[in-house]
Amino acid sequence: MHNKTLSELSALLHNGDITSVELTQHFLNRIKTHNGNLNAFISVTEESALAQAAAADKQFADKTAGKLTGIPMAHKDIFCTKGVRTSCASKMLDKFVAPYNATVVEKIAASGMVMLGKTNMDEFAMGSSNETSFYGPVKNPWDTDRVPGGSSGGSAAAIAARLAPAATGTDTGGSIRQPSSLCNLTGLKPTYGRVSRYGMIAFASSLDQAGPMAANAEDAALLLNVMSGFDERDSTSVERDVPDYTANLNDSLQGLRIGLPKEYFGEGLAPEVAEIIDVAIKEFEKLGATVKEISLPNTSLAIPTYYVVAPAECSSNLSRMDGVRFGHRCDDPKDLLDLYQRSRGEGFGDEVKRRIMIGTYALSAGYYDAYYLKAQKCRRLISDDFQQAFEEVDVIMGPTAPTTAFKLGDKTDDPVAMYLADIYTINTNLAGLPGMSIPAGFANGLPAGLQIIGNYFDEARLLNVAHQYQQVTNWHKQIPTAFQ
Amino acid sequence: MSLDKSDVEKIAHLARLAIDESTIPDYARDLNNILTLVEQMSAVNTDAVSPMAHPLDAHQRLREDVVSETDQRELFQSIAPKTDAGVYLVPQVIE
Repeated sequence: MHNKTLSELSALLHNGDITSVELTQHFLNRIKTHNGNLNAFISVTEESALAQAAAADKQFADKTAGKLTGIPMAHKDIFCTKGVRTSCASKMLDKFVAPYNATVVEKIAASGMVMLGKTNMDEFAMGSSNETSFYGPVKNPWDTDRVPGGSSGGSAAAIAARLAPAATGTDTGGSIRQPSSLCNLTGLKPTYGRVSRYGMIAFASSLDQAGPMAANAEDAALLLNVMSGFDERDSTSVERDVPDYTANLNDSLQGLRIGLPKEYFGEGLAPEVAEIIDVAIKEFEKLGATVKEISLPNTSLAIPTYYVVAPAECSSNLSRMDGVRFGHRCDDPKDLLDLYQRSRGEGFGDEVKRRIMIGTYALSAGYYDAYYLKAQKCRRLISDDFQQAFEEVDVIMGPTAPTTAFKLGDKTDDPVAMYLADIYTINTNLAGLPGMSIPAGFANGLPAGLQIIGNYFDEARLLNVAHQYQQVTNWHKQIPTAFQ
Repeated sequence: MSLDKSDVEKIAHLARLAIDESTIPDYARDLNNILTLVEQMSAVNTDAVSPMAHPLDAHQRLREDVVSETDQRELFQSIAPKTDAGVYLVPQVIE
């Protein structure tokens, strides 16, 4: 049951072969069996899940059920869920029960999907290994001594181990794509503004974007159909119609122009990952695509630029966590300053503090031009590189991450080494472009993903390209032995 | 540019973060490493480049000036650390 696609589950539910309550209970049982080991979920909402499933079953009886009605899923614990703890994997919000729903949560609930629970993540989405979580690291189902990637590591591990058929993630610098690569999933970061950020706890507002994480491209398309759309409550939401992202999945790739940025295949890329990507590209040539080398000359600016923009915006966004209106408050503050300082000092973990401090410094008097303004200019250069490339090619391909999953603890002592895990994903966020990661093969039993980057609002093409590849390969169908 | 102990203390104060005295050298090392990484931006000349604030160069929308939020004070204060008679309580600020 847990190996089926969303479409297959939908057919079973609509045909009456299984009820939503049975299906939901099946996944809840899997969570009970495996979550102790994987730590993929922070909260499991069993009671409300079964109630939602019962409501879905009533819709089937009334013949009012939609395509995704009754299918279980999980939300990253960054999305506000009314009446349910929304922790962002931080001690700061350990007891925070959201008073309202994120738009994404509302939309998915309106589709009839059943929320199984809230998945683990790096604290406030700051990390690439899921090791900064207040609730402890998530284990990679492919090798539990290794990280699942981050920051959406709980969503990734949950799907990889088939504890949920699909999940939401968010991606500020690679947080959907990199864990998808490390856990053998299909994950898509949409164009900035495509999916509402309302109720999604903000990390870096000009980069954050929510997207689907799933076992295959068709499932991701179905989920994106539901998640996308204009929202007047998000001032950066884009007023643009949502196409049916499944409509073009079966289009031929004949004549598709693929660009391979030479900067993505240089130093730092593990040879075994390079080999997997080479083989995947050849598969696209067999499907009728043409391949040419391109250049994104400012790629090396991406990480330096990101580590100004993201911390600067996070230092501003996280200033709302002040111990006054919600969240952690220290014991016996002697005055207001003490209340702020100790509540924040106790509530935030090390990586969050580092980023708040870098951002505070970059925005402090006298440094704005040298850091934030400079970074915004570099951002323009990075974005211009992509626009130039898209004059010659339809999509850009390369590795999602430079290596397969690394060992727990390997990079926790060296923040800068950790930052390099996102070297191929960050520039897409800086440019605001859509990007996805799809399963492309294995090295020593560990998965590696192929990244596909498209022009603005070209999500349907990315999903078409991914789906066609998944018709001729079966990497996306591989499930770790212990979780079959 | 390298941050020393007093710089770290000043930044932590600006950020309203209490950090343990013993961890300051670690923060100083990590922040300096991050700033060294960030310095790589200076490798390119950006004098003629316009800064990019939004990927799609969108503008702020305007809306009708009508009430869109309802009063949910009780709900919002139910998750506050300390309240009394509808107000949030903090240590005394005015003598």
